[in-house]
Amino acid sequence: MSQSHSLNNQTPLEYSTEDGRLKIFGFWVFLGAEIILFSCLFASYMVYLHRTAGGPTPDDLFNVKEFMTETFLLLTSSFTCGLATHELRRHNKTGVIIWFIITLILGLGFVGMEAHEFVDYVGEGAKMSTSAFLTGFFTLVGTHGCHVSLGILWIIGILIQTARTGINPVTARKLFIVGLYWHFLDVVWVFIFTVVYLTGMVL
Amino acid sequence: MSNIKDFLLNDFFVTGEPMIYMADVSIVLVTIAIFVVLTYFKKWKWLWKEWLTTVDHKKIGIMYILAALAMLFRGGIDALLMRVQLTAPNLKFLDAQHYNEIFTTHGTIMILFMAMPFLIGLINVAMPLQIGARDVAFPYLNAISFWLFFVGAMLFNLSFVIGGSPDAGWTSYTPLAEKALDPGVGENYYLLGLQLAGIGTLASGVNFVVTILKMRAPGMTLMRMPMFTWSTLITSVIIVFAFPVLTVALAMLTIDRLFGGHFFTATAGGMPMMWTNLFWIWGHPEVYIVILPAFGIFSDIISTFAGKKLFGYHVMVYSMVAISVLSFLVWTHHFFTMGSGAAVNSVFGISTMAISVPTGVKIFNWLLTMHRSKIRFTVANLWSLAFIPNFVIGGVTGVMLAVAAADYQYHNSYFLIAHFHNVLIAGTVFACFAGLTYWWPKMFGHVLNERLGKWTFWIFVIGYNVCFLPQYWLGFMGMTRRTYTYPSGLGWMPLNVISTVGGFLMGIGFMIMVYNVYYSARYGKRDTTGDPWNGRTLEWATTSPAAEYNFANVPEVRDQDAFWEMKKSNRVKEWLNQPIKDIHMPNNSGRPIIMAFFFFVAGFGLTFEWIWVGAIGLFGVLITMVLRSFENDTGHHIHKEEVERTEREAGRIS
Amino acid sequence: MKHMKTSIKLIVLSVIFLLLLTGCDVPVLQPQGPVAEQQYHLILWSIFLMLFVIVVVFVLFGVIVFKYRASRKNTDDYDPEKEGSRKLEFTWTIIPIIIVIMLAIPMTITTYDLEKNPSPEKKPYVVNVTSAQWKWLFSYPEDGIESVNVLHVPADRPVKFVMTSEGAMNSFWIPALGGQKYTMNNMTTKLYLEADKPGTYLGKAANFNGKYFAHMNFNVIAQDQKDFNNWVKKVKSTSPKLTMDQYNQLIKPSVVKVKTYSSYPKELDEKMKKNMDMMNMGNSKSKEKDQDKDKDMDMSKDMDMSGMKGDKSHE
Repeated sequence: MSQSHSLNNQTPLEYSTEDGRLKIFGFWVFLGAEIILFSCLFASYMVYLHRTAGGPTPDDLFNVKEFMTETFLLLTSSFTCGLATHELRRHNKTGVIIWFIITLILGLGFVGMEAHEFVDYVGEGAKMSTSAFLTGFFTLVGTHGCHVSLGILWIIGILIQTARTGINPVTARKLFIVGLYWHFLDVVWVFIFTVVYLTGMVL
Repeated sequence: MSNIKDFLLNDFFVTGEPMIYMADVSIVLVTIAIFVVLTYFKKWKWLWKEWLTTVDHKKIGIMYILAALAMLFRGGIDALLMRVQLTAPNLKFLDAQHYNEIFTTHGTIMILFMAMPFLIGLINVAMPLQIGARDVAFPYLNAISFWLFFVGAMLFNLSFVIGGSPDAGWTSYTPLAEKALDPGVGENYYLLGLQLAGIGTLASGVNFVVTILKMRAPGMTLMRMPMFTWSTLITSVIIVFAFPVLTVALAMLTIDRLFGGHFFTATAGGMPMMWTNLFWIWGHPEVYIVILPAFGIFSDIISTFAGKKLFGYHVMVYSMVAISVLSFLVWTHHFFTMGSGAAVNSVFGISTMAISVPTGVKIFNWLLTMHRSKIRFTVANLWSLAFIPNFVIGGVTGVMLAVAAADYQYHNSYFLIAHFHNVLIAGTVFACFAGLTYWWPKMFGHVLNERLGKWTFWIFVIGYNVCFLPQYWLGFMGMTRRTYTYPSGLGWMPLNVISTVGGFLMGIGFMIMVYNVYYSARYGKRDTTGDPWNGRTLEWATTSPAAEYNFANVPEVRDQDAFWEMKKSNRVKEWLNQPIKDIHMPNNSGRPIIMAFFFFVAGFGLTFEWIWVGAIGLFGVLITMVLRSFENDTGHHIHKEEVERTEREAGRIS
Repeated sequence: MKHMKTSIKLIVLSVIFLLLLTGCDVPVLQPQGPVAEQQYHLILWSIFLMLFVIVVVFVLFGVIVFKYRASRKNTDDYDPEKEGSRKLEFTWTIIPIIIVIMLAIPMTITTYDLEKNPSPEKKPYVVNVTSAQWKWLFSYPEDGIESVNVLHVPADRPVKFVMTSEGAMNSFWIPALGGQKYTMNNMTTKLYLEADKPGTYLGKAANFNGKYFAHMNFNVIAQDQKDFNNWVKKVKSTSPKLTMDQYNQLIKPSVVKVKTYSSYPKELDEKMKKNMDMMNMGNSKSKEKDQDKDKDMDMSKDMDMSGMKGDKSHE
């Protein structure tokens, strides 16, 4: 457990300590579990896709402009998050903070639009309790939305820590892990975009 | 005012049952007794500092085992109540509702709050020692896992006195478990209690995977790991892949019950079958989560008390990997009778039978491990030896159940009940008792009394066979599970009487074991060597009980059975006398238990559908997480002088 | 070969011995129709193969544990570093595989056979089965009558059960005639059974469906075609009609006596047909049923299956 905080140029800062290596590996394993979790939600959504019980169908609900914008926001935020990690490798504290703040703004925009979308649906009478399809839809997309919201809180916390203590093995590890998490949510969204929205519009 | 009183008496507290009042009284008395004893002996601070806030894997393991034993007691009482009720036809010892609640809690508690935590407890105690590590990879997370399991179990048990117990079976099949057919809070207890414990288990799985893959002593390649560590690794991988499915299934049913969703309802497009599938996609791997560590325990114990290398080490590993893969491919055998069609049933029947191949290989390898060995019949080894024939009976009846067309005649009958008790008791429970006896000196510094242990062993094993073998025949006679009574004139009574007698024998065996714990604590032989069984693996290379830091120096591993090899090549002395350095250890923290408390509040609130209480609880959880993130906790160092003093006192260095 | 024959004898003898020991019905092992018969043969075959495994393991276990005890006189054969043996491990991988194949082939054949009419030369008699909390409803579409908690079937003629459930899931099981199948809400399942000869058999609910699940035993009365027709005639002339209102009342949670009805509403047949169509579509719109939980029911009378004749049952 005791490991010197050796800083050489080959190893990135977040991997420089035993603690950092363990936690990053642990987080990868956790993401494995998250993949299973979302797979189950996707699978059940697919099963319920046509079980609309006379209520609104995907075609009735989805608004192309809306979900394209959401997709654009989240994909861009993943890109800016990647830039932040790039700055992290260069030990550039200001760069990291700026890019993460942009990521945050895009993320907030995404969550806001999604919340708006949900409120709209409920207003149109498409509630969770309307049909099995809508239960599946709100659960899948809502779970992703909750993850993104949690990610936003998490990034804010870590940015405060980075602003206070600068870039060091601990903050580097935390920034790296939250970056992984953010990219993971982006990947999940790509699947939601394809499976829920595109398929919903076509079928 | 009268509204509140009305609510408390009718919906909140369970009333009208003498057994419940007895439980109420005993809960209050036990709580008062604990308070008085702790205060009188001034042990509050000790309890908080040494146990409740600990992140030491050994202490966490001990707490897991204690909680599991308490749950074994509760689940066992449930079982005996059921056996009494079924002794004769038309008995009125329990009414229908009460019986339904009891078989539900019995199943749920035994699998999720007894078998699994017992094994996770043994893993916590032994696995880090076996790989020569100072702790698990994430000690703080480990404490959270334990407390989440603990509050999950407490929440579930609370249903007995507050609000009413779940009554739809441990499988909780929909639509019966949906709100329309089961409107009380009992099912909510089930959903939220399991959800909390399940999150804790998932965290344990991640923790163990990282620990085993990243923290082994130098020289310990994967193929030099003790078999118990191997089984832990494979089990943890199964946990990581299977538990999210349970999380999702429970969440979906919670959404249905609390927020009017339609996943599993019989209306508005819901599909009750979806629950059955999700439940068993988790449920079947779950069976292997509780049996693979048992295989690991038996492998280590049989090889130790045979004084011989495990036969076919590599094949033992491959067979476990094969079992873990197959465990995800057999789930529909739990509902062959649902009319999935001949093709599906045949495929899943064959995949189920295929599991018997790697399992059979393991059985023969255990037998051959004892070939040309010197078998010592200690209590730990007796449990392991008894496992082989008893588990084989459970195994072959499992193959019989896998024959889809024949399963139509066994499904949900007592044949099935006998089968899974045969595998779960002869496999998991025997392993828990074997492991408990085997590692007891490592936990507490003294061995359990062998003579009392043998009494427990014989009474329990005989009782177990008397209890469950007749049930195969009852299955053939048409007796179905979960039936709170049966008509006279079917000839079911004699076998049921025998079965009940067996159940009580098992209870007596358990009570002797509890007495043995007390007796051995007072009079048991102290273990001063750290190696009471002439062990083969690294946990026996350190003191009993192991010091906080486990090993003063991490041993260097050169072969399988690392400690055996050290003893054989006379390296032990040299290793003990290596220069000692400062040791870095994690700090204790009170936050895991506080976080778990908030989880409990959230779970309790959601059970009663008081969303705001749930929100407060979850907010508390969030706050504790933020506090952890902002904490600058780098652990502490045990100075080398202190380590040297401890080692000298244990007589390990001069 | 001789060894195998003696083993088979041993099994049969022990089965008979156990039968005598209990002196009662063991319906699964005393099949009364072709379906149960097929399953019985499969069960016997699997017991035989599994007994072989048990004997091998138990003998090996007994010999090894006794022979290699640490307290034996001569421990010269102690060989603590033995690694394993490819040859042996290969052997006990192959043998279980062979056993599994020996079991898998007849299993697959029987599993496919059970999907079909067991006596294809005879036209099956159709009975619609509905499980409810806590009773069984049987409609006989060919004769237009209905019975509750008792099932009459013609003997020596295959019966095709078309099954569904109101509310919770259940499983329809007549051990003496053959294996069970689930009944599910908004879905239909099919099951073929046949009774060789007239008789009264035990019918079971096999999947827990709530409080009084234990009271869902029913009598299955197989009669030859003439007696069966007489029974139908009697029901038609003496029993009341079942109206839709009564039906909706009947499927509410309760325990009821044996009942017969001279007719049942056409809607039930349509409902069954709709369920069948919906199996694939899944676009169900059935209205939510108010499930007022059972009011205090009188469960005081004991159940008694000993005089399993006719319309006598528990309440």
